[in-house]
Amino acid sequence: MRKFGYKTRSMAVKGKKLLEVEQLEVVFNTRDGEVKAVNKLDFSMQSGETLAIVGESGSGKSQTALAIMKLLAANGKTRGAARFYGRNLLEMTATEINEVRGEHIAMIFQDPTSSLNPYMTIEEQMLEVLMRHRKMSRKDARLRVLEMLTQVDIPDPERRIRQYPHEYSGGMQQRVLIAMGLLCQPELLIADEPTTALDVTVQDQIKRLMRELKEKFNTSILLITHDLGVVAGLADKVLVMYAGQLVESAPVDEIFYRPRHPYTAALLKAVPRLDQVGDYDMHPIPGNPPNLLKLPKGCAFRNRCEMAFDACAQMPEVREVAPGHKLRCFLDGGALK
Amino acid sequence: MLNYSLRRLAWAFPTLLLLITVAFFMIRVAPGGPFDSEKNLPPEIEQNLNAKYHLDEPLVQQYFRYLGQILRFDFGPSFQYRDWTVNQLIAKGFPVSLSIGALAMLLSFTLGIGIGTIAALRQNSVLDHGLMGYAMLGISIPNFVIAPLLILVISVYWGWLPSGGWEWNWRNMVLPVITLAMPVTAYIARLMRGSMIEVLHSDFIRTARAKGLSEMTVIRRHAMKPALLPVISFMGPALAGLITGSVVIEKIFAIPGIGSFFVQGAMNRDYTLVMGVVIFYGALIILFNFLVDLIYAWLNPRVHYK
Amino acid sequence: MNGAKQQPAVVKDAFAQALDVPQVAGRSLWEDARHRLFKNRAAVFSLGLLLLILVLVIVGPWLIPWDADFTDWDNIYSPPSIATGHYFGTDAVGRDLFVRTLQGGRISLLVGLVATVVSLLIGVTYGAIAGYFGGRIDQVMMRIVDIFYAMPFMFFVILLMVVFGRNIILVFIAIGAINWLDMARIVRGQTLSLKRTEYVEAAVACGATPLQIIARHILPNLMGVVVVYITLTIPQVILVESFLSFLGLGVQEPMTSWGALVNDGSQDMESAPWMLIFPAVFLSITLYCLNYVGDGLRDALDPRDRV
Repeated sequence: MRKFGYKTRSMAVKGKKLLEVEQLEVVFNTRDGEVKAVNKLDFSMQSGETLAIVGESGSGKSQTALAIMKLLAANGKTRGAARFYGRNLLEMTATEINEVRGEHIAMIFQDPTSSLNPYMTIEEQMLEVLMRHRKMSRKDARLRVLEMLTQVDIPDPERRIRQYPHEYSGGMQQRVLIAMGLLCQPELLIADEPTTALDVTVQDQIKRLMRELKEKFNTSILLITHDLGVVAGLADKVLVMYAGQLVESAPVDEIFYRPRHPYTAALLKAVPRLDQVGDYDMHPIPGNPPNLLKLPKGCAFRNRCEMAFDACAQMPEVREVAPGHKLRCFLDGGALK
Repeated sequence: MLNYSLRRLAWAFPTLLLLITVAFFMIRVAPGGPFDSEKNLPPEIEQNLNAKYHLDEPLVQQYFRYLGQILRFDFGPSFQYRDWTVNQLIAKGFPVSLSIGALAMLLSFTLGIGIGTIAALRQNSVLDHGLMGYAMLGISIPNFVIAPLLILVISVYWGWLPSGGWEWNWRNMVLPVITLAMPVTAYIARLMRGSMIEVLHSDFIRTARAKGLSEMTVIRRHAMKPALLPVISFMGPALAGLITGSVVIEKIFAIPGIGSFFVQGAMNRDYTLVMGVVIFYGALIILFNFLVDLIYAWLNPRVHYK
Repeated sequence: MNGAKQQPAVVKDAFAQALDVPQVAGRSLWEDARHRLFKNRAAVFSLGLLLLILVLVIVGPWLIPWDADFTDWDNIYSPPSIATGHYFGTDAVGRDLFVRTLQGGRISLLVGLVATVVSLLIGVTYGAIAGYFGGRIDQVMMRIVDIFYAMPFMFFVILLMVVFGRNIILVFIAIGAINWLDMARIVRGQTLSLKRTEYVEAAVACGATPLQIIARHILPNLMGVVVVYITLTIPQVILVESFLSFLGLGVQEPMTSWGALVNDGSQDMESAPWMLIFPAVFLSITLYCLNYVGDGLRDALDPRDRV
């Protein structure tokens, strides 16, 4: 781990948590005023663990990921801490964070077509990662890139490596981005809606690929998604966000089988299911997520919640309702089966 | 790529033909012949002159004769400068115009790209607002206003540089090149700033940053090329602008370039000269546009695959 | 009875609530744009200065005691002075430069407006037709625009002046005729994207004719870009006119324009610099302000730049 201050990978792992996010806030200064996209968010990840952050668009899940990478838009500010093996990423200088990006934490994005540079060949774009972080010679780096492309099932990599992104299909582009992210075998891979922009059949392939690679490389994944189908096969823990806040977090089985927050329950009900026979109703959540510019007082989900009652006019605190299960609601899930 | 080049080249020819045709007929439908100014020309001499310049033939015949001439790169004799052919005048003026124009082009592109990039990287800073304020000044104030003012201050009051005239030496070139380059520089700076800002907001730049590349590398390797593309496409219009500007600049600084001859020709209704210059510069612009298209396609991998 | 009386209040309440929401979110495009334009101090300042120049140019010549072509034999080539009453000085034949500058401004601004309208009419019609019909028609029409783009237009205008003599009407038309290309391209692009909107498709489905659709749905929605390009075309046109006049190919004596005055001034600038400086300053400020207002309008109307 060279300049960054961790001497070797194994030393870095010893005793320190992979990622600890504490009281993270992301605030944007816009023409219409301050927008708090992420509000006092806490979570942590162990090495080898996969955490899925789930929420509707505008819930702050993507901004959380970008904040950790210090890739927020110019008008965005962060508060709190995001400790990676004990060091706060948010306080790092540009040089320091650049040692982490790509080498220790890699990121793949929602829209693969626009995320690859259309003016450079795939080869150029992949080589520069290794040449930057590993100081590899071009030749060695090229071998490694070819190997990695084979891992993500790009056929005939020798030929395709010389092509430009527009000569790839969307699914292939996302494979390239995943391969690019894994080149330096990062400890953490942040995947921001990796399947959203793809066709349904391709989505499945990418999901399967990510599952395989997770096993093979033992990489922790911070998965940002609104697709609970992606979560099911991949995540160990799930964190549900609403209006910039944590509303519930728990191991994946707890979330799927014993959701305690009305919002989590509603999200699960809204997933269309093919395994149910007979009459099947879609259950979309009524209403829209609140305007972050003028959040109502109290629980942000209150006006869409079937269970809301007087107490919800106050913001409930997060509490631990079972080991590893955190909840921001006055009700306890017992009643919400 | 070859295919693409040929297709672009194929478009250059009809454009050129149209240019020649429009210029030719515009001149020939004009009221009054070229020798109208010499009022007391005896009729027989005028007839001889008309015969000499083939003005007595039917219009269509004249058109094809002229087309044939131009294919041999012969613009005919000048009506006003009796001992000169238009070719000779162009050959005499072009090196002068070219050297000033090329220097101005070089200056405006390097300066414009530099200023635009700096402004984009410091978007909304005082530096950015200052640079763009100056750029707006450069676009707004015509060079025939700037040139006399510069002459007034630098040449007349301070006596640093000659106020005009032509010799092959840098002192005579400084002021014309600067004034000629100014509006183009300003335009490129604004263009470059806008496109750089847009590129820096694109997703693939975020990917490049996520790789851990330094900001310098991100800009140099990833942002520069796409940001330059609109500037490259502007090279054609920039040349047209410089050529147009050179007409005034050459007049103001008394430089014996093509522009000076052109203005003289226009004042004296020297049809062949005016036509010759229009076609010569038109062809130059068309050729240049073709080259710019090729450069653009070469830089942009998405173009020639279409 | 009681219930019936109460009901309207409840309904009204619900209405008020319902109306409350759009009041927060809904600002029309134009209101929004105006709001943003007036926040842009450079644009507002430029707009004020422009209005001032406009009023001065229109009203000024009537208020100044001198006639534009009156020769003041006592004050030939006299520098600006309050004592003589020639605040901007006089020229080689003793004409008051202040009134000449304002008269020249009338011509320059008039050319700017008229030629812009000409180019607007040609450009919008051409662009809307090409964009609306699309396909082969669009391809051919845009090819023609491409070809025109490759022409050295200033030279053609000069050629026109040479052929048909120097004539102010011709200047209007010639300049308008060369400036429509940008307008046509922009309008075409906008029309293409408007055509794909659902409300236009709905109009087509209802059996509206192309002309009706262009007039009722396309043109009103082009207002934004058109306004921006009008403000940016006017300074261009003024520049072209002054360029021609500077070369002696535009406006002819005794009429004058800022370009012609700058030309006169530059001939005598060593002995009478005021003859150059006053018209040059008027011309430059006008162009500068017009460009700033155009830029401000573009920023205000273009939702892309809202960051």
